[in-house]
Amino acid sequence: MYSEKVMDHFNNPRNVGEIENPSGVGTVGNAKCGDIMRMYLDIDDNGIIQEAKFKTFGCGAAVATSSMATELVKGKTIQEALQVTNKAVMEALDGLPPVKVHCSLLAEEAIHAALWDYAEKHNIKIEGLERPVNDISEKEEAPEEEY
Amino acid sequence: MSKLIYLDNAATTQVYPEVLDAMLPYFTEHYGNPAAIYSFAGESERAVAKARKQIADVIGAKTEEIYFTGGGSESDNWALKATAEAYSSKGKHIITSAIEHHAILHTAQWLELHGFEVTYVGVDENGKIKLDELEAAIRPDTILISVMAANNEIGTIEPLKEIGAIAKKHGVLFHTDAVQAFAHVPINVDEMNIDMLSASGHKINGPKGIGVMYIRKGVKIRSFIHGGAQERQRRAGTHNVPGIVGIGKAAELAVANMEKNTEYEVKLRDHLIERVLAEIPYTRLNGDRTDRLPNNANFCFRFIEGESMLILLDQAGICGSSGSACTSGSLDPSHVLLAIGLPHEIAHGSLRLTLSEKTTMEDIDYTVDKLKAIIERLRSMSPLYEDFVRKNG
Repeated sequence: MYSEKVMDHFNNPRNVGEIENPSGVGTVGNAKCGDIMRMYLDIDDNGIIQEAKFKTFGCGAAVATSSMATELVKGKTIQEALQVTNKAVMEALDGLPPVKVHCSLLAEEAIHAALWDYAEKHNIKIEGLERPVNDISEKEEAPEEEY
Repeated sequence: MSKLIYLDNAATTQVYPEVLDAMLPYFTEHYGNPAAIYSFAGESERAVAKARKQIADVIGAKTEEIYFTGGGSESDNWALKATAEAYSSKGKHIITSAIEHHAILHTAQWLELHGFEVTYVGVDENGKIKLDELEAAIRPDTILISVMAANNEIGTIEPLKEIGAIAKKHGVLFHTDAVQAFAHVPINVDEMNIDMLSASGHKINGPKGIGVMYIRKGVKIRSFIHGGAQERQRRAGTHNVPGIVGIGKAAELAVANMEKNTEYEVKLRDHLIERVLAEIPYTRLNGDRTDRLPNNANFCFRFIEGESMLILLDQAGICGSSGSACTSGSLDPSHVLLAIGLPHEIAHGSLRLTLSEKTTMEDIDYTVDKLKAIIERLRSMSPLYEDFVRKNG
């Protein structure tokens, strides 16, 4: 049911782990639906994301989208990282089954949550970043279509 | 894939070669329609009669009380919908349990949309139906109690005799979905006061697409599949003769080997349960420890999610199943695990392993070894485990 890329990122997840004293950390999802993602970011003085790590409780797609999301934001500026949408994560993974689309939304939310934490810690405002929804189920249901 | 350890026998089973051998002539040689008048069809007719006897003998029924259907789900649908239809003048209330298979639950929900009331009786932490709640739920307009013989997920065997006695005392019909229990554990329809029973071929090393419904003489439910006059005008459709021969043969073999297989599987199952509970921390066994199907083990591993575990097990050549939301296509984990009182996050980390008499001790040890590594790996990347470790040092 999963693409080769999804299986690759599930079997060999990139950037699993924690960052000590991260610039920002965000946790999204809830155990009720069976998916929790935590993303750690290390952002340098120039606003470049030097390091991204994750921990995820969830299905194969949840692990793969977390892994891909960390890969996609690494080396990016904050503004560039904001452009890493759920669609971008899905495309990079060669698609997800319809019932797993919400995992990619969670990955997008995890990036936003970590950036929000960074902004709060540094008392800055990141343009275009809204307070993340910590519980993905508060958001609208993901569209039931194949990407 | 080189290695294959099939531990999903509650989902379906391998057709025994003896069963297939018994079926084959009814595809190519004796392909006559048993309803036909010419002598060529006589062999088909006799084969169906023989299978009916084989099935009846498993549960202590009379042959004329056995009806062949297209499978367990059809039998369940028939039992509920046809009872509702036939007894609606007496009342429109049905009692079932919270942990039934979806073939019962979704049928009950459909009946609720069509003017019937359904009470879903709860179970205790081991998955046993609460008998006092069941009896208290009976009303003057209750027409049916439907409780499964054994649960398909957690393997708990329900107290059929006690349920049957309650049903009889109150003059209510009793149906049991015995798809998981039929020919696996002893069932006697008279001793247990069972009025209707559903069973399936492919759970007992028989073919898929064939099921059985036992209807006690005197129960007045009518046809559910309309058409020809087959099955005493109660179930239309040309007999699936090879399937019928297959389920009959499979049932006969299952009963003949029941004692031996039970003893063997229980030994393996208990070894599996003991090793997993001893060697993998933060793990619980779901289902009743003693009143459980001989081949069923069901665990919850905290801090991890079931689908990830199944994918990694699959890569090790092991077939299992999980009650996690991700494997069901919904956001909710198994209704059975929630009904026994587990919180969502623990229910998501469930694993069901169901053995067969072909499973070996070596298979079990290999599986536990792999499982330990898989759980460890998934926990190492789980934020829930990270939080737990931080909190508890």
